[in-house]
Amino acid sequence: MTATTLATEKLTGIRLPRLDSRFLGSAIKYVALPLAGILVFLLLWSVTAQRIDTSLGKFPGPAAVAEQFDALYQEHQRSREKERAFYERQEVRNAERVAKDPDYVPKIRAYTGKETFLDQIVTSLVTVMSGFLLAVAIAIPLGIAVGLSPALNSAVNPIIQVFKPVSPLAWLPLVTMVVSALYSTPDPVVAKSFLNSLITVTLCCLWPMVINTAVGVAGIDRDLVNVSKVLRLPALKHVQKIVLPAAVPMIFTGMRLSLGVAWMVLIAAEMLAQNPGLGKFVWDEFQNGSSDSLARIMAAVLVIGAIGFLLDRGMLALQKLVSWDKGISQ
Amino acid sequence: MSVLLDISHIDMEFPTPKGSFTALKDVNLKISQGEFVSLIGHSGCGKSTVLNVVAGLYQATRGGVILNGREVTEPGPERAVVFQNHSLLPWLTAYENVELAVRQVFGKSRSKTEMREWIEHNLNLVHMGHAMHKRPAEISGGMKQRVGIARALAMQPKVLLMDEPFGALDALTRAHMQDSLMEIQAELNNTVIMITHDVDEAVLLSDRIVMMTNGPAATIGEILDVNLERPRHRLELADDALYNQYRARVLKFLHERHSQPDVPATKPVENKPDAPQTASAEHSRPAVETVEDAA
Ligand SMILES: Nc1ncnc2c1ncn2[C@@H]1O[C@H](COP(=O)(O)OP(=O)(O)OP(=O)(O)O)[C@@H](O)[C@H]1O
Ligand SMILES: [Mg+2]
Repeated sequence: MTATTLATEKLTGIRLPRLDSRFLGSAIKYVALPLAGILVFLLLWSVTAQRIDTSLGKFPGPAAVAEQFDALYQEHQRSREKERAFYERQEVRNAERVAKDPDYVPKIRAYTGKETFLDQIVTSLVTVMSGFLLAVAIAIPLGIAVGLSPALNSAVNPIIQVFKPVSPLAWLPLVTMVVSALYSTPDPVVAKSFLNSLITVTLCCLWPMVINTAVGVAGIDRDLVNVSKVLRLPALKHVQKIVLPAAVPMIFTGMRLSLGVAWMVLIAAEMLAQNPGLGKFVWDEFQNGSSDSLARIMAAVLVIGAIGFLLDRGMLALQKLVSWDKGISQ
Repeated sequence: MSVLLDISHIDMEFPTPKGSFTALKDVNLKISQGEFVSLIGHSGCGKSTVLNVVAGLYQATRGGVILNGREVTEPGPERAVVFQNHSLLPWLTAYENVELAVRQVFGKSRSKTEMREWIEHNLNLVHMGHAMHKRPAEISGGMKQRVGIARALAMQPKVLLMDEPFGALDALTRAHMQDSLMEIQAELNNTVIMITHDVDEAVLLSDRIVMMTNGPAATIGEILDVNLERPRHRLELADDALYNQYRARVLKFLHERHSQPDVPATKPVENKPDAPQTASAEHSRPAVETVEDAA
């Protein structure tokens, strides 16, 4: 044993002279401690899960959830396999009919299998990004206008303050009814349910962006405004060259907040309205009530959390990329 | 020399939560084309306020500013400002900061190449050629101030307004910048109003030194004509009797003001027993304190 310690000492002594302790420190901070945290969490989870009995059996521990992750992936593979087979058969059939009767125009029918877990993830991601981008397109110009004009700010502020705390669940019935009333083309480009989710998301994640943009624009350094005045920049150029860049850090803070809100809202909206997506997956599993359901829901919870985290990291990376203000915190 | 700029009986009152605060009272000054005027006075007396009124960033409560026979009502590039705290756009490089100004002023009259050369020329003038593609956060305070000067010079203003342009510079760079400014001014015959705290700087650069009384209700206390031959050389002037007289005169003014900060600028003391006067004197007290806090 003493020999081994000596040997390692020699090794580290040669490879990492002096840096050694600092390297070790950051290794502990960024790798060992988070790992330890995760391990403790898994342990607590599996111990606690053992003790909770539900009507659907024991609460799923980490192992059961891991199993379901695998199962969900397998299901997805099988479904894709079926889809390919479906289209192949259709092609063969069409080819045969065309061979018999050259006038026959082949029809391609779409595959209508059940959406898999992965499909639901994609649907949710597409919906959340669409709703979020629509909100960005509305909120940033509005925020700039409100930030530039104290009069407009006084006019709009009460409305923002009232609508900001409204839960998505309250908007949803209204949105659903309005969409059904107004969007009734015989051949819709996008599904109604998609629009419902999207608009609900937009309505809920608009406000943090409007407020942050307005605050960023209103709080712009007087001196920079004075520079613009001395140069007599026209209004549009003033916004483009001075206001917008100055407000970029705040705008992105608002966007990050909004994207977080959007993701939470979307899952709730999908559950409540049975709109396709991860929320519907959770609700379906809950209704399904099989012995695997809780483990599958738990898997969905982890995925929802992980995606939320990644979205936030993505926004942070984007913020750092475009921002001149390099002192952005985590 | 004809009068280019007429600062005509200016009063400046700022609305504050405690009522209006009179920063300037009857400031009156005529400046000729090509003249170099320094404003000197204690911190918080109202030097920046005078400059901001001339720039058009503040509207005087009474009186006004007339440039070339026209009243100044808004800011404009013919009265370029070197701001007290440089005011560069932090997301633009030094070059881009100057470019924004040059494009705005010369965008229609000059070609792209001409503008580029002009921007580079001005940055070289303030010895920032080597760092012109750095952003404000990457350069020192003195360098930022120099870019601010280059931006103002590049606009070829009728009047150059400088608020403590060399305040953040070390002694050597400062001396260097003062020499360049004298050269540039001799060459282009700019009209300059410069705020400074530095007596040597004021005497070395100016044709006239305007000494301001302490606020509130600050005004011009004394104007000193500096009749030193140009070009001026700091080393030769160090032993010049006249130069030292001027220096002493300014120092004396500032010292008197400092030891008796409450000496009323224009009004004699006997007005004090008057009821409204006392009220206004009391009223102005907190303002004096805030000035000192700010300083
Ligand atoms: N926008 C404003 N609102 C209210 N008071 C102001 C405003 N601007 C300046 N003041 C007041 O006017 C007075 C003169 O200020 P000013 O900035 O002109 O001083 P200064 O002589 O430039 O001082 P310094 O040498 O420290 O820069 C101060 O008492 C200040 O508090
Ligand atoms: Mg000042």
